[in-house]
Amino acid sequence: MASGGPALESLVDQIISVITNDGRNIVGTLRGFDQATNIILDESHERVYSTKEGVQQLVLGLYIIRGDNISVVGEVDEDLDARLDLSLLRAHPLKPVIH
Amino acid sequence: LFFSYFKELVGKEVTVELKNDLAIRGTLHSVDQYLNIKLENTRVVDQDKYPHMLSVRNCFIRGSVVRYVLLPQDGVDIDILHDATRREARGG
Repeated sequence: MASGGPALESLVDQIISVITNDGRNIVGTLRGFDQATNIILDESHERVYSTKEGVQQLVLGLYIIRGDNISVVGEVDEDLDARLDLSLLRAHPLKPVIH
Repeated sequence: LFFSYFKELVGKEVTVELKNDLAIRGTLHSVDQYLNIKLENTRVVDQDKYPHMLSVRNCFIRGSVVRYVLLPQDGVDIDILHDATRREARGG
């Protein structure tokens, strides 16, 4: 019955970046997922972007994020991520999803 | 119908525009029954405006947040699509 299509299985134990429907960006290690795209994220921290200050990171720990609320799950390339200087990054926050 | 259509497009470069206005360009890696899309070689179209995905190279996009999928001009065989749609409409 499983679709066999793009499973998140290849991303388990990888560092991923989740973009939620309200426009938040949470980075962490994928521990588990299910067909509804609910995910279990370990060592998670939220990256808050703003136009005024550098990126803020809020540490969250172990989280379950409900699939309904997920827009994008991205595989973070650690080398690229290490090159980013978050204190210099300025951007408008992501927009929330509207259906 | 569109599930099989997207399976034909695997390997082509597409741009996915999401409902939060984010536009992501990449190569279609796979698609599933919910039309969730996996893209490789991802880059955000307006990277200065949306730096959030600068270190992301592959991503999984939930079908429910896709507003459009912009297809390559030469990736579309209009007649085949027309026929398939007519068949679906009749049978559906």
